[in-house]
Amino acid sequence: MLELVDAGLAYGSRHLWSGLSLRVSPGEFVAVLGANGSGKTSLVRAILGLQPLSEGTVRVTDGIGYVPQQRRILPLTPLRARDVVGQGLDGHRWGFGRSAGRAARIAAALEAVDAAELADRPVGLLSGGEQQRVRVAQALVAGPRLLLCDEPLLSLDLRSQRTVTALVDRRRREAGTAVLFVTHEINPVLPYVDRVLYLAGGRFRVGTVDEVFTSQTLSDLYGVPVEVVTVKDRILVAGIPQAHHE
Amino acid sequence: MSEIFNFADYGQLLALVHNSIAAGAVLGLVGGLISVFVMMRDMPFAVHSISELSFAGASGALLFGANVVLGSLTGSILAALVIGLLGSRARDRNSAIGVLMPFGLGLGVLFLALYKGRSANKFGLLTGQIVAVDTPQLSWLLVTSAVVLIGLVVVWRPLAFASTDPEQAAARGVPVAALSSVFMVLLGLTVAMSVQIVGALLVLSVVCTPAAAAMRVTASPVLVTALSVVFAVGSVVGGILLALGSTIPISPYVTTISFLIYVACRIIGARRTVAREA
Repeated sequence: MLELVDAGLAYGSRHLWSGLSLRVSPGEFVAVLGANGSGKTSLVRAILGLQPLSEGTVRVTDGIGYVPQQRRILPLTPLRARDVVGQGLDGHRWGFGRSAGRAARIAAALEAVDAAELADRPVGLLSGGEQQRVRVAQALVAGPRLLLCDEPLLSLDLRSQRTVTALVDRRRREAGTAVLFVTHEINPVLPYVDRVLYLAGGRFRVGTVDEVFTSQTLSDLYGVPVEVVTVKDRILVAGIPQAHHE
Repeated sequence: MSEIFNFADYGQLLALVHNSIAAGAVLGLVGGLISVFVMMRDMPFAVHSISELSFAGASGALLFGANVVLGSLTGSILAALVIGLLGSRARDRNSAIGVLMPFGLGLGVLFLALYKGRSANKFGLLTGQIVAVDTPQLSWLLVTSAVVLIGLVVVWRPLAFASTDPEQAAARGVPVAALSSVFMVLLGLTVAMSVQIVGALLVLSVVCTPAAAAMRVTASPVLVTALSVVFAVGSVVGGILLALGSTIPISPYVTTISFLIYVACRIIGARRTVAREA
């Protein structure tokens, strides 16, 4: 589905990460975590082919679904929810040709994210959580084999966060879609995640949650003492140095 | 009132101005379509700037005895491409556009001040001169429109994708930056056309207001496009027909019809959002 071999990314003299090797199998849910500026979004862009790697290779399946950061869609945007999903199907094609069964596929994709009743609503008038569900449908409608989610939970309320992560999880179970899920918070995806890629300070660690989220591992990554505590199925991390904003 | 309106010889007048009516209808069609993207891409301010530069180009051509249409086209396409290069984010763009606009207008005023010819020509570039559409001008208009229409048909879907969701479109392989340049050229052509007919100061009533009005009453992309074209053709052709029986130029009629349609759409649209939230 996705294979990175000795991949590295640098902007000028600034190395985001290097020597990154990662294989994601069908149906696997991999969470990508790390501080601001650690290169999580750049990783997604490199996988999408929008950002060339400075070293190593990336091999990726055809058919990637992409769920971007939640950004409010302007109220007057002349699109209904079904049109947004339709863009995921054929928005990139030239001309006006439409494939047979288009409407049915769009309806099914909306149904799959429990948004059938939103189909004819102006997308700009939906709530943030509803818009993000529509975006998940847009990413899934073309039947991707790999789903890239870049902070899809940002600025969503807790209920919408749960809905969106549960939808992504359902998809990979039912269709074997591999999932790479960028998030700054592990807890919302904790019930679903198979492995974690943790980026920090130009280095990284790949492993299960139990392997990566230990005081030892994170202290090593950040180079300062970091404390990891588990409280009632929630992981709390203390002592992460604040990222310096450039 | 009788001095402003006089429809006594309307039939004869109509025969004389069929060129203008054809020009108005074509401009309405193209303007209505382009305005959908102008609104999607949040570009009304940029359009105004392009039309000022188009005015500068046209008045420069007038002064130097060159083809006015060609001058207008050169100015507007140059401006459109420069604005296209400024980036797609409205915030980055707007300050540069605000700088470009008075420069264009000032340049145009300078050229007109130096021009010794008929003063009606001067005023027409700013506020419109559609009654004067002659056959060569009409054929030029038709050719430009055909170019814009064909261009729009080819790029419509990916351009709409890139205009409403550039990130997702880029992720799906849409050449977002290239499409932006293509759109700016099509926009430049449309603006140059509009400057010839409604004048540089009033271009927005044809290239922005129609879709802005349509977007108030529906979110269906097909319906927005259809309504936008109907509104644009209605205001331009309606404006010409009303102006025929009067001594007032065409522009105030076009802008007033266009504005009234917008107000009506806002009123209808306000009801629609309230009903939805209830």
